[in-house]
Amino acid sequence: MVVMKMKFPFQKRVKLAQGLWLLSWCATVAGATTFSLGCLLKTELRRRSEVMDNSDIHIVPNTLMIVGLASLGINYFASKICQDALDAGRFPRWKNFLKPYFAVSCFFTVLMLLAVIMSYAMKGSLESSLKAGLRNGIRFYKDTDTPGRCFQKQNIDRLQMEFQCCGNNDFRDWFEVQWISNRYLDFSSKEVKDRIKSNVDGRYLVDGVPFSCCNPSSPRPCIQYHLTNNSAHYNYDYQTEELNIYLRGCREALVNYYMGLMNTIGVGVLSVFLLQGSVLVSLRFLQTSMEAVAGEENTEIETEGYLLEKGVKETIMEYLDPVLTFLLLKNQVEEGTTGETPATT
Amino acid sequence: MAVLKMKFTQQRRVRLAQGLWLLSWLAVTCGAFIFSLGVYIKIELLRRDEVMENKEIHCVPNLLMMVGLASIGANWVASRVCQDSLDASRFPRWKVLLLLWFAVAALLCCLLLTVVILSYALQGRLEESLKVGLRNGIRFYKDTDVPGRCFQKETIDRLQMEFRCCGNNNFKDWFEVQWVSNRYLDFTSQEVKDRIRSNVDGRYLLDGVPFSCCNPASPRPCLQRHLTDSRAHYNYEYQSEELNLYSRGCRQALTDYYMSLMNSTGPGVLSVILIQISVLLSMRYLQTAVEGAMALESPEGESEGYILEKGVKETYADMKAKAVELLKFAQVDPASDGEGGEEGEKEADATEKAATPTPAS
Repeated sequence: MVVMKMKFPFQKRVKLAQGLWLLSWCATVAGATTFSLGCLLKTELRRRSEVMDNSDIHIVPNTLMIVGLASLGINYFASKICQDALDAGRFPRWKNFLKPYFAVSCFFTVLMLLAVIMSYAMKGSLESSLKAGLRNGIRFYKDTDTPGRCFQKQNIDRLQMEFQCCGNNDFRDWFEVQWISNRYLDFSSKEVKDRIKSNVDGRYLVDGVPFSCCNPSSPRPCIQYHLTNNSAHYNYDYQTEELNIYLRGCREALVNYYMGLMNTIGVGVLSVFLLQGSVLVSLRFLQTSMEAVAGEENTEIETEGYLLEKGVKETIMEYLDPVLTFLLLKNQVEEGTTGETPATT
Repeated sequence: MAVLKMKFTQQRRVRLAQGLWLLSWLAVTCGAFIFSLGVYIKIELLRRDEVMENKEIHCVPNLLMMVGLASIGANWVASRVCQDSLDASRFPRWKVLLLLWFAVAALLCCLLLTVVILSYALQGRLEESLKVGLRNGIRFYKDTDVPGRCFQKETIDRLQMEFRCCGNNNFKDWFEVQWVSNRYLDFTSQEVKDRIRSNVDGRYLLDGVPFSCCNPASPRPCLQRHLTDSRAHYNYEYQSEELNLYSRGCRQALTDYYMSLMNSTGPGVLSVILIQISVLLSMRYLQTAVEGAMALESPEGESEGYILEKGVKETYADMKAKAVELLKFAQVDPASDGEGGEEGEKEADATEKAATPTPAS
């Protein structure tokens, strides 16, 4: 039982070949676009790689780049094939090429769809990576004299200013770490000694935030220190003050930014996927309708085109058989195969 | 003696027309490039409009946009003329328009050169404008409750963070104005009362800067208050501290930014001038060669092309005479009846002289 049989008179075949040629060049441009979108996403992820703990999310742009490059090749061959399709003398040489070509093309087209699905599925992984990375960044903020960590302060400051956020979940994360280095603390002062004695680890904790948390939209000059103490500042109420510092956490800000970027890219990649799919379907119809013409004297007869000769399951088995026998052949004992083959055939 | 005479066979004329057609389309794209450059510079200037006091510097992008549009039109006309140039029946209708076209093209080249000169010459005016604008911005920093000035704080803060600068000339400008609003000052506190009494105008001045002056590259958390007091902070030396705040003034930062923007467009504009001049010269050669060929008995023969028919001095004298004659025509009409005879002869002489150059120009 053939899947999606359609009749193709000569004129329709000609129109199909011409339309497919145009479509395959559009799809080539679309493939190049996919590649560049992958590069864009990769660049953006690498810019903030210091606040990410692992690189798991990089699989999305890597897949997009691979698929973009592959689709350039796929569509190049598609245009070549449909150029030769209407010429009965040149079409047969593509015969053996087409079966593996369709297998490879379907694989990469499905991979494109997978990349879009992954970009949504990996949101959780991105969040936990950012959570760990930002926690380290905040912890090592004061270590500007330690090699390997000396740029954490600058990174976190610029990040908070650019994304208009403060801390990991919110600004209170800064209350829990010592972000002022011991080099700048006067240990003979009473205030410093009190604060260090007030907690178990002997850390200098303040209810204050770095300057990069300050919100320029605030009508009053920024209040950074003694944030929880209403009497420390004139006309200040800790509970109701909203504009003084950024209330959003940097993890949320970065996740929103990257999800927005991947959603936009996802929409583009989905349309490229549809375009690529239509190229492959049209090519299959062209191939099957032209194969029926081969050997006939009158090349202008009406033929039938179809998507799959057998049903979906049987076609999948047909494609998987060579792969499976190739894999199983390594494990099979040779005497066993020679004994079995006369029985099966 | 014609200036830069060259011989043109039919083949060469055809090649010249084709080459000029391509060149004029290239010049159209260059005109579009100049226009978009003008738009870009205008947008960049408008973004920082609030810290500029006057708009004199805007004449540079305005001029670029005008010249860009005009050169798109002029070069499009040039391409149409090239298309018609090899067709003897259609070329004559462009005769009068070509004079005008040469004038317009020469004017465009001059204007482009003026733009390049202006972009250097106006640096002083830009600095003045920024100086006054920034001074106002710093003075009105605290007025976040006054309509019309309520955005100054945010503007100055974002400007200092983006351009990595502090104050007008440097950070000490903040010591001279009251940038903390009275709404946030506790007038019962001794410290506030002391500070207000310590100066004539009763302003609350401090040796501190807003948070937007802080430099993220500093190894220590930002010190904003009591900057001149080395004892107020541990391990702090006012004279030798360099990384704590931005050391550059915003006027310097903005001037550098805009000057580098306009300087980087300089080479592009100069190459567009060269392209426009080459279009002008090629058009002149094409016009004279085709007109020479049309005057010949066999139109496919060899003709001469030149830039000016006579030498530079004689052409200038001719143009002066023509201009005077045009003025005379405009003035003499009512009195022409009585003295008509004499004047008529003089006019006839003048028109004869004027008539001889016309076939060539």
